Amino acid sequence: MKLTIHVTLKPGVLDPQGKAIEHALSGLGFSGVHGARVGKLIELDVDEGTSDADVEAMCRKLLANTVIENYRIARA
Amino acid sequence: MKTAVVVFPGSNCDRDIAVALEQVTGTKPVMVWHRDATLPDDVSLVAIPGGFSYGDYLRSGAIAARSPIMRDVVDRAGKGLPVLGICNGFQVLTEAGLLPGALMRNAGLDFVCRDVALTVGETRSIFTTGYSAGETVRVPVAHHDGNYVADPETLDRIEGEGQVAFRYAERVNGSARDIAGLVNTAGNVLGMMPHPERRIEAAHGGDDGRRLFEGLLRAVA
Repeated sequence: MKLTIHVTLKPGVLDPQGKAIEHALSGLGFSGVHGARVGKLIELDVDEGTSDADVEAMCRKLLANTVIENYRIARA
Repeated sequence: MKTAVVVFPGSNCDRDIAVALEQVTGTKPVMVWHRDATLPDDVSLVAIPGGFSYGDYLRSGAIAARSPIMRDVVDRAGKGLPVLGICNGFQVLTEAGLLPGALMRNAGLDFVCRDVALTVGETRSIFTTGYSAGETVRVPVAHHDGNYVADPETLDRIEGEGQVAFRYAERVNGSARDIAGLVNTAGNVLGMMPHPERRIEAAHGGDDGRRLFEGLLRAVA
C-alpha cells in the first residue's frame, strides 16, 4: 500500500529557503509571487491494512517534527 | 570523573570533545556507539558531539535522536545525569525531546563558521559555573542549522524559568531571542550551537571554552 506524507512548515514559522525561492522568482521577472514555503513529500510503501493509528504514530515520532511542522497523510 | 561521548555515523567533533574532556578530567572518555543499548553505569556526564549524524537526513539530528543509545540517554537524563549536546548534539537533544524548540536553517541560508561573541545567561547551572553571569566570551560556531525556533509561549517560559545559558552577542543565524544555548528545567541537560571544545588552549586562540568544562568538573565531581 502506497502512502504519501506531506510535511509542511507550520504557519508562522519563518522559512528562509522559501524566502530565497520567492526572491529568486521575482529576480527572474515573475512579479506575481507573494510567498513560497518549502516542505517535504515522503512516499511510503507499507503493508496492506496498516492502521491509520500506526501511520499517525510514524508521522509524530519521526517523519515530522511537530514543534515546527504539520503533516498530511494521503493514500495513493 | 568518568565521562562518555556518543558517536553516530557522521559525528565529526567526537574526537575534539574527547580531547577536551580528557584534558580537563584527566580520564579518557568512553566512546559509546549509537547502536549500543546502554551507557556505562558509572559515567558522570555524557556528551553528544557535533557533526552531521546520518548526513542530516530528514532533519538535522532527527535519525540520531531515535537511535538505540538515545533511549538510555533520555532515561538517564530523566534521572539527573548531566548531558551536554554541542552543535549537532543540540539538534539531537531537541529532536529527542530533552530540550524544547527546534533548530532550523540559518536565517541567511549560509553555513556560518567563525568565532562569535556570546553572553553568558543569568542561569546558574552546572554548565556555566566557570563563567560570571552576563560575561562575554568568544567561542567558534560552525553550523548550517542553528536558527533556534520555538513558539512565543515556549520562549517566554524558557526565559522566565531562566533556561537560557548562552545568547549570541551579535547577529549569527536568526535564532529567536538570540538563544545560542539552553538548559532543561531540571538544569542537567545543556544544548548549545557554539563549540566550547574548539577553544580550550592558547593554540585555539583562547580558553573560553575550556572554562565550561572546568566549571562542569567542579560542579559535578
